[in-house]
Amino acid sequence: MSELLVADHVTRIFSMGGLFSRGTFRAVDDVSFSLDSDKPEIFAIIGESGSGKTTLARIILNTLAPSQGAIRFRGKDLAAARGHRERLDFMRQVQPIFQNPFEAFNPLKRVDRYLYASAARFAGARGQEERDAKANEALQKVGLSLEEVKGRFPHELSGGQLQRAAIARALVSSPALIIADEPVSMVDASLRMSIVNLFKSLRDDLKVSIIYITHDLATAYYISDRVMIMRRGKVVEAGDAHVVLANPQHPYTKLLRDSVLSPDDAGTGRLTAESRMAEEEAVG
Amino acid sequence: MAALRGNGNSWREAGGDGSAEPALKVEGLRAYYLMAYYGVEREVRAVDDITLTVNKDEIYGLAGESSCGKTTFIKTIARAVRPPLEVLGGTIKYSFLDRNLYDVDEDTLADIRWSHLSCVLQGSMNVLNPVRRVRKSFLDFAYPHMGLSKKDFFKAVNHHLDRLRLSPDVLSAYPHELSGGMRQRVAIALATVCEPEFVIADEPTTALDVVVQRDVLAMILEAQQQFGSSMIFVTHDLTVHANIANRLGIMYAGRLVEEGPTAEVFHEPLHPYTSHLIASLPRIGDLKPKAALPGAPPSLADPPSGCRFHPRCSLAMDICRESHPAMTTVAPGRRIACFAVDPTAKAAGDIPVAQIASEADAAARLGQ
Repeated sequence: MSELLVADHVTRIFSMGGLFSRGTFRAVDDVSFSLDSDKPEIFAIIGESGSGKTTLARIILNTLAPSQGAIRFRGKDLAAARGHRERLDFMRQVQPIFQNPFEAFNPLKRVDRYLYASAARFAGARGQEERDAKANEALQKVGLSLEEVKGRFPHELSGGQLQRAAIARALVSSPALIIADEPVSMVDASLRMSIVNLFKSLRDDLKVSIIYITHDLATAYYISDRVMIMRRGKVVEAGDAHVVLANPQHPYTKLLRDSVLSPDDAGTGRLTAESRMAEEEAVG
Repeated sequence: MAALRGNGNSWREAGGDGSAEPALKVEGLRAYYLMAYYGVEREVRAVDDITLTVNKDEIYGLAGESSCGKTTFIKTIARAVRPPLEVLGGTIKYSFLDRNLYDVDEDTLADIRWSHLSCVLQGSMNVLNPVRRVRKSFLDFAYPHMGLSKKDFFKAVNHHLDRLRLSPDVLSAYPHELSGGMRQRVAIALATVCEPEFVIADEPTTALDVVVQRDVLAMILEAQQQFGSSMIFVTHDLTVHANIANRLGIMYAGRLVEEGPTAEVFHEPLHPYTSHLIASLPRIGDLKPKAALPGAPPSLADPPSGCRFHPRCSLAMDICRESHPAMTTVAPGRRIACFAVDPTAKAAGDIPVAQIASEADAAARLGQ
């Protein structure tokens, strides 16, 4: 068994406050997990806002250094990979997808230019034809084609198309791992499933591992193999997605699980003022 | 408080039987964005022929994806219309007003706002003034409408916060000092402090995470029950509607396509779009593969001919491409607009914008 990515007791401490009232804040606190390179999987990191999910994603992407601990990708410590060539090689294999596609793309830049730049940089494409081919290949994987995207600006595509173009951009370099930070929270209800199903097919057909960061337990249950629940920087529960989410053990996971609104409750009136009081006691 | 809620959940069924008194009646509402830049004219039909009724004491849920005209509809019923948005037809009648909302003068409008009609918006950070304490926001918004001395006003505000189980300390905080959920709660308290008859809520919980979302929704329900306000609640998240709305209206591309009591719509959706939305909702404990709806939402500047859903609909027939179906009542309290599901559906005429505009002009001239 070879390891794709290992987080080894990762901690990130931010200092905050003024010059005289210095305090520290542990955004990510002693987080460890590992992903296996032989078995692609969707690994969900679940938590509320402020639980350190995005900070952890930035550490994994090597845009932020951990204060303590280390991230190892294919056995190599990311902190040691400081050279341009090494970093480029890492970027080729680990690609991000962001929450809001309208913010991820520059509104004044054509969407195809992102694909071409990725193709030239990470896939070693020389010349326009090769870049076209690489871009088209990646777009086909997400159910788009180059004709649909070529020469278009972000505002000319719908949110769902644009998010799929963002995924295609990440796929240009044939990465081994994709970090998706809340990829469906800005996408419309009718298009959300198409993105979520796309992640499933990336895992099954292209053998890409995905770290899926979300606060939506229902889609996490639907697509992930393993989950990790974070609260205030700490991991409170981790394990098989269907076991953890169906039968949570930690009180915080239980609270999250009970807070999920279910469409099956339509008209039953289970959400009442009384339930609110109970929750406040539980949170403390 | 238990006494206010009555026995069990009877309030939830209050709106469905049609005998209830209406708090808001919207008829044939059309609001378009009319733009003419550099000689190019564009019309965006964001709200197209919407007729609906919100009863007293009920929460009417309006669902639809982004750019389907939800927010335009809300702006229109709040009379917050700025060019290029123009209301080209239809009437909006509130129970507290004897006339169409667009027939009253500015002074009356100022009296109505906040004391009779208030709103909770998505970005609470945009509602609360970021450089002033929350106390000042209460003064700015509600003080002119309450007709009380400052001392009595803050007594009333404190009492109100107490009813909503918020600490009075929030008044002396700046908005950035509060968490997102707390800000949203303050925005709700601000909107309900004058005990308005009608509250418009536009995606009030969309940016919040699950635990906070549930809590804020419970607070909205609680406020609605305490003050007996009617509410129109807009969000694209159907699971929120399932838990909060008494009746549900589904919008697609500027038109209402289905309406009915929430439980009935969820258990037996009729319109193909609604069935699809409900079938594709992920649930914990359900691993069945869920298909996504093909295609993308249409652009309102150039909507498809006929029924606007037909390019994505699996049941589309020839008639769907030619004319768009009118909303018809298929069962008590349930209306849909679909030729395929409802064989009795009649085509509703598409009125060219020039004709509507000239009619509106003529009406305006007659009025003068």
